[in-house]
Amino acid sequence: MRNLLRDERSWVVLVLALAAFIPVLAPMLDSPATVGLATRIAIYAIAASSLNLLLGQGGLVSFGHAAYFGLGGYVVGILYAHYISEEPFLGFIPGSNDLLVTMPLAILVGGIGAAIIGALSLRTAGVQFIMITLAFAQMLFFLFVSLKTYGGDDGLAIRRVAPMLGMNLRDPATLYWLCLGLLAFWLFLMDRIARSRFGRILAGVRQGERRMAAIGVRTYPYKLVAFVIAGMGAAMAGALMVNYARFVSPDMMHWTKSGELMVMVILGGLGTLLGPVLGAAALVGLEYTLAGLTEHWQFILGPILVVIVLFARGGLMGAVRRIAGRRLPHEAQPLPPGELPLGELPSGELPREPARHG
Amino acid sequence: MALLLEQLLNGIQLGVTLFLLAAGLTLVFGIMGVINLAHGSLYMIGAYAAAVTATATGSAILSLLAGLAAAAAIGMLLEYVVLRRLYARDHLDQVLATFGLILFFNQGMVLLFGRQPLFVNVPEALQGFVRVLPGIDYPIYRLVIILVGLLVALGLYLLIQRTRIGMLVRAGATHREMVRALGVDVRLLYTLVFGLGALLAGLAGLMAGPILSVQPGMGEQILITTFVVVVIGGIGSVRGALFGAVLVGLVDTILRAYVPGLLRQVMEGSEADALGAGLASMGVYLLMALVLLVKPRGLFPAHA
Repeated sequence: MRNLLRDERSWVVLVLALAAFIPVLAPMLDSPATVGLATRIAIYAIAASSLNLLLGQGGLVSFGHAAYFGLGGYVVGILYAHYISEEPFLGFIPGSNDLLVTMPLAILVGGIGAAIIGALSLRTAGVQFIMITLAFAQMLFFLFVSLKTYGGDDGLAIRRVAPMLGMNLRDPATLYWLCLGLLAFWLFLMDRIARSRFGRILAGVRQGERRMAAIGVRTYPYKLVAFVIAGMGAAMAGALMVNYARFVSPDMMHWTKSGELMVMVILGGLGTLLGPVLGAAALVGLEYTLAGLTEHWQFILGPILVVIVLFARGGLMGAVRRIAGRRLPHEAQPLPPGELPLGELPSGELPREPARHG
Repeated sequence: MALLLEQLLNGIQLGVTLFLLAAGLTLVFGIMGVINLAHGSLYMIGAYAAAVTATATGSAILSLLAGLAAAAAIGMLLEYVVLRRLYARDHLDQVLATFGLILFFNQGMVLLFGRQPLFVNVPEALQGFVRVLPGIDYPIYRLVIILVGLLVALGLYLLIQRTRIGMLVRAGATHREMVRALGVDVRLLYTLVFGLGALLAGLAGLMAGPILSVQPGMGEQILITTFVVVVIGGIGSVRGALFGAVLVGLVDTILRAYVPGLLRQVMEGSEADALGAGLASMGVYLLMALVLLVKPRGLFPAHA
């Protein structure tokens, strides 16, 4: 029993199982808005968990993750627009409003986008990597802002959602269970990855890329595959979000959205399985609560974030574990540059060239 | 031809504004190793302080002083309270904490001054146009911005290369431990460098006030472009910041001026304008991606 409690996976199962009862409990507690809130949390949890694969596992600080979230959303939105106008996209791809068609396509497009951006960005490291991922996300953002055919700044609305496999996705509870099911599937995948050889190499990249190179591992392909998987997860979340909100706009890929996804990961606990889920729940819940208190909720949220970064290392999962009296499995963090032993570099920095004298 | 010259001058003026921001950002990064997303907030604070003072007193000199003082004071306070705790942290923590600061400052400005943009007049002494070439008139105010920017660039060069403080700054950037071991108060030095960066950001903000509207969130629009400048120029290099800023300013302005016109020849007017504006906005990011792919550490890496 005690071992079961120590295993993070049993906690994930417990949280997801409890979360499945929300649509049943919400009407009893007379708060039907809760289901919508829970749907948003489940969707953001998928996106945050996909980002966690890069941030927490690989130590790759991508500041443009909202790009894939938005790409997935736009695949759904654009296919719907062509479904309504009955003109094929690019002249040969027929539009669709069937999630069974649009979601796999969204995931595919997200993966392709991440493959292109990742292949270029991963040639840099450190701050340059943060900034180049941000730059590519900004490019996509401005591209969709300027596409007047697909609504430009105003975005696209989606009115008719088709049933999928006999499920009526217009019913909030059904859509919620679908999102929760996909979240469960995604977390299972993330857990398998973390425990695989691939996952261990990613963790090695985070802890010391030079060491990985020294033991003969070419890290670039591993990082790229992680980047693509993360992009696909974010695109899946984006497709779900557009089905939930029935609306897609460039705001989905705004750089503050990338920032929010990062906040969720950190808030929940970097490199943990359940952390991004808790982080998504905490941030969405906090925004909802503060927005109910005051219009100026960001004035309160900002300092809360600063305090969390400064004083609460390990996020919510860290707090849970401290209460449970157990160390984080992924606690190994890169040392600050000043404390590195000679010959070591913090992860994410390019190996410096030796100084040339004379 | 007249249009091209005017656009070139506009590009240099934007570049100079970007340089004032980028210089502070690149110094702070090169010396303290901190990514400060809240740098744009200091730009906004400078603009607001100057705008409010100008409205209240009508004096251009007082408004200049208020903008500089507010940005520098809040900048140093920020360093003392928050940023100095982030020097030893990894980039992820720095990005998140300063992201929180952005939310705080933007919403704080909404609380204090509302969402409506403030409009600022060009100081009376600098109103009007000057003939730069036969047949071409250019606003005096924009020329003054260019002049101020170039003077700051010269001043920074002299400060960093020719003074004792500059020597400590250079030494602190490359051999932090050794400088500390020699008995220099590195923490004070860092606070001063941060204050200088904040002062320059405030200067950029207060000068941009009469050209753009002063509103919450104005800092982030220019901040991301400033990061492009810093990365293109090479992080930590003031020379790179100047070069990158003028390059980015020119590329951005020229693309914005000419891309919609070119597109209009192949497609319909309003769509061409929208797509052209979008493509022009993408231009500087494309430039940065290209530069990084060829030179991953930027054009003038500081510690090469």
